[in-house]
Amino acid sequence: MSRFPDHPSPWRQLLRKPSAVVSLVVLVLVALAAFIGPWLLPESASQLGNQQYAPPSWKHPFGTDLHGHDLLYRVLSGARVSLIVGLAGALVSLMIGTTWGLISGYVGGRVDAAMMRIVEILYAVPRLIILLIAINAFDAQMKNGLAAIHAEGLIPYSRILILILSLGFIEWLTMARIVRGQVLALKAQPFITAARSLGQSHPKIITRHLLPNLLGIVIIYLTLTVPAVILDESFLSFLGLGIEAPQASWGSLLADGAQAINPVRSYWWLLVFPAAIMSATLLALNFLGDALRDILDPRR
Amino acid sequence: MLAFVLRRFVTMLLVLFCVVSITFFLIRLAPGGPFSRERAIPPAIEQALLAKYKLDGTLWQQYTGYLGDLVRGDLRLSTKYRGRSVNELLAQTLPTTALLGSIAFVIATVGGVTLGGWAAARRGKPDETAAMLLALLAISIPTFVTGPLLILLFSLYLGWLPVGGLSGPSSLILPALTLAGPYVAYIARLTRTSMLEVLGHDFVRTARAKGLPQWKIISKHVARIALLPVISFLGPLAAHLLTGSIVVETIFNIPGAGGFFVHSIQNRDGFLLGGVVIVYCTVLVLLNLLVDIAYTWMDRRIKLYE
Repeated sequence: MSRFPDHPSPWRQLLRKPSAVVSLVVLVLVALAAFIGPWLLPESASQLGNQQYAPPSWKHPFGTDLHGHDLLYRVLSGARVSLIVGLAGALVSLMIGTTWGLISGYVGGRVDAAMMRIVEILYAVPRLIILLIAINAFDAQMKNGLAAIHAEGLIPYSRILILILSLGFIEWLTMARIVRGQVLALKAQPFITAARSLGQSHPKIITRHLLPNLLGIVIIYLTLTVPAVILDESFLSFLGLGIEAPQASWGSLLADGAQAINPVRSYWWLLVFPAAIMSATLLALNFLGDALRDILDPRR
Repeated sequence: MLAFVLRRFVTMLLVLFCVVSITFFLIRLAPGGPFSRERAIPPAIEQALLAKYKLDGTLWQQYTGYLGDLVRGDLRLSTKYRGRSVNELLAQTLPTTALLGSIAFVIATVGGVTLGGWAAARRGKPDETAAMLLALLAISIPTFVTGPLLILLFSLYLGWLPVGGLSGPSSLILPALTLAGPYVAYIARLTRTSMLEVLGHDFVRTARAKGLPQWKIISKHVARIALLPVISFLGPLAAHLLTGSIVVETIFNIPGAGGFFVHSIQNRDGFLLGGVVIVYCTVLVLLNLLVDIAYTWMDRRIKLYE
């Protein structure tokens, strides 16, 4: 589809929205802090301290936890795990969902009906079942599999890999539906008919004409799936099924923090700081997704 | 109409059947069995246990036997809560969970539609931005954070409400709010988007031109159509809320059915899981049917039973 010359590019339009700019800044800051921050902190921050449950101070800006860990260090390294799981999980869901929706919409007819029926049935299966069974069942297999392909270095990360795959595997349904709807709408447009009557092959029509036009909607849902996956991961960590100690994610930190709130003694910083950073990130991602949808979604 | 309902009913049964089958095979084929966590038991006793819980024979025999029992309304015995049937466990816990879920359902729908409608009516004003920021915030914070924070504020700091447990109506306020929070926000966003879309239609301009006041335009002309997306969300919403949430029930210490989902999978308690899944799925498909019927009534242009 051609764009009018005086029509500003989506990127320009995005930079005109204050909420989108603020979101971008927040995301860049969190990402920088997560990937560079842990190295900038003093060496002692990563070590076990002897101050258990110390409230926030100059030495420990976010306080310390049960084992005397510096909470700032934990929150930043947790951010790294959460961001990686969110992004990679969303990418997995994007690949499955786009492929499924593309085939379903492009082939049409009975194949379409059957593929969409499957999506409907999977919608009716509570997502937790698939997730929990995948995590319970495949943990050992994953470790063996990694050992078999001589990737022993990855074994400590096998739980993260399982999380990425299983979260990606349950979050693709909406993406498939949206891509299918978009493909159906595109298929009816004259330029696809033209391409077909010119004798272009199916793979070429898909890669040259359909995929570029799907990009906008796929990017929108990618930005909206990342926070959904981060939330799911935090929920699993709360149940004790997510990231395993000694590694941390926002979810596992929040789970520890939630347990530290009780009538006897409340270590509020264990809950408030991870919650604030995580909410700010998810808020920024959701805002960015909304802004992108306003700009790129052709239906609006 | 009758033909449509009947046809949908058959589809519903089919979906229910598929979901129950998927659940059965997933949990039976997953590594580890319901008794594998215990110390080694003599083979004879294990055989007896398997026979008692009808887990002997081939997988196919177990499956057909299970389906037969389900048709008779027997959800079988739980392998974790020894000697208790799934029917009994659900009968004990579901009323509490469903009560909490219904309150949250009402809060989510009424609160969400009001907030979203208000935001749409105040388009472009600072209150709209504030309302939508609040909604996005409620979606971005997990319930296991809002729960403890609410306890921290209302129970420990202000001392207005009980910390947890089940003691009178006041103990349901915080859990219901926690449970409803993200859904209030989700429905508010749905309502606002669709209201703004409908407000842009020509017939709204006509109504405005003939001098109808704003509230009458919204209540008489806009709401009917604008609420359709909200209504189609009610099926999944009810299914989620009425089967309970392990997070809310754990944090507020409520003896409900919310934990069954997670625990029955961890304990490989297949029949308890099956029971919960059947409840979840039945609520989902029944509500979806009601939603489809409500659609024709809300928007006369939609005809389902042609």
